[in-house]
Amino acid sequence: MKKRNIWSGILFGIGVMGFIDELVFHQLLQWHHFYDWSTTEVGIFADGLFNAFAWFATIGGLFLLADLKRQQIFQRTRWWGAVILGAGVFQLFDGIVLHKILRVHQIRYVDNLIVYDLVWNIGSIILIIIGILLLRKATQHEVKEG
Amino acid sequence: MEGHVHHSSSVLDVDGLLSQVLLAIPFVIAFVIYLYAYQRSKEKGREWPIYRLVLFVLGTSLALVSVIGPLGVRAHIDFTYHMLGHLLLGMLAPLLIVLSAPMTLVLRALSVRNAKKLTKVLRSNVAGFFTDPIVASILNIGGLWVLYRTELYMTMHESLLLHLLIHMHVFLAGYLFTISLIYFDPVPHRRTYMYRTIVFIFALAGHGILSKQIYAYPPAGVPTSEAQSGGMLMYYGGDVIDAVIIVILFYQWYQSRAPRSAVMAT
Repeated sequence: MKKRNIWSGILFGIGVMGFIDELVFHQLLQWHHFYDWSTTEVGIFADGLFNAFAWFATIGGLFLLADLKRQQIFQRTRWWGAVILGAGVFQLFDGIVLHKILRVHQIRYVDNLIVYDLVWNIGSIILIIIGILLLRKATQHEVKEG
Repeated sequence: MEGHVHHSSSVLDVDGLLSQVLLAIPFVIAFVIYLYAYQRSKEKGREWPIYRLVLFVLGTSLALVSVIGPLGVRAHIDFTYHMLGHLLLGMLAPLLIVLSAPMTLVLRALSVRNAKKLTKVLRSNVAGFFTDPIVASILNIGGLWVLYRTELYMTMHESLLLHLLIHMHVFLAGYLFTISLIYFDPVPHRRTYMYRTIVFIFALAGHGILSKQIYAYPPAGVPTSEAQSGGMLMYYGGDVIDAVIIVILFYQWYQSRAPRSAVMAT
């Protein structure tokens, strides 16, 4: 029950962050490029696989949530903690592995890119910490109630 | 005829009347069979839901629109239109037709003896092989890789036979791919949700990666600007249609896990 709340949340968190990334940075701001000429071959492959996984994670995470609600075993704090953790993990993976190592695309095509990279990655670490704190809070709460 | 497919002098051969009529025939035949089976089922006293009839009409119409008339002709001149046609013929039309449950309707319309024969075919190992998600994905996505990453795309514009075969393959592989993932018709060879999900993730990734490859390295004879808009259309269009299939796949999983009482109630 605990595991299933966490899985549903993490999957939805990863997926929804992928979705926000596409919507905000690719479409609305148009900072990210659809294709970057410095992308490595592995980069195209990893990006494609990750994008596909994110679609499944978003939709699958929500159906898992519906199943938790139907069985009345939904745990609000734990689920939201997992969502924020998943979102942070995606953001950090995107910021370090996809942007920097595989060079899929940069956050924005400007001179002071390092500032954007720092804000991006520190932001994702903050999300991960908040997520972990919420998950711990959910566990402590359980212990108290016994 | 040298190199450039866009102003090929063989226009009359490949997208002339003969080509359009030949490509239209299978869909027209399917259309007539579906309507006939619909009528037969009604005569036997079993109503067939009207929304399924509508889905089937929509699906076959979209397939026809993509191969005949203005879009079919335009598809040979402009790669972006070719890609739009591909999305309709290889993804949206198959999905709509799968949702119309044609096999169930045909089984209803047939006599008991013939229905048994057809069921036997569906249960055969050959049918089991082709409805395996991995096989269907290779035929579908692998076929696209061959089409756009080899000389085939250019050759297709110069040979009527290749043109017909490739277009039928795009539709049939798209249909096979869809029925290997979501179950609306009887499926004797069922695969687990986990298996289907994992294969589907790789298939969707293969589709997305190919779209970006087309964007970055245009197929022979395709101008860069058309390859870029076509590649993006393939990427986002494919994502949207596949998202619908993902929702259906997980919805079927969700229903399969319903507690017994909930099943009784519906």
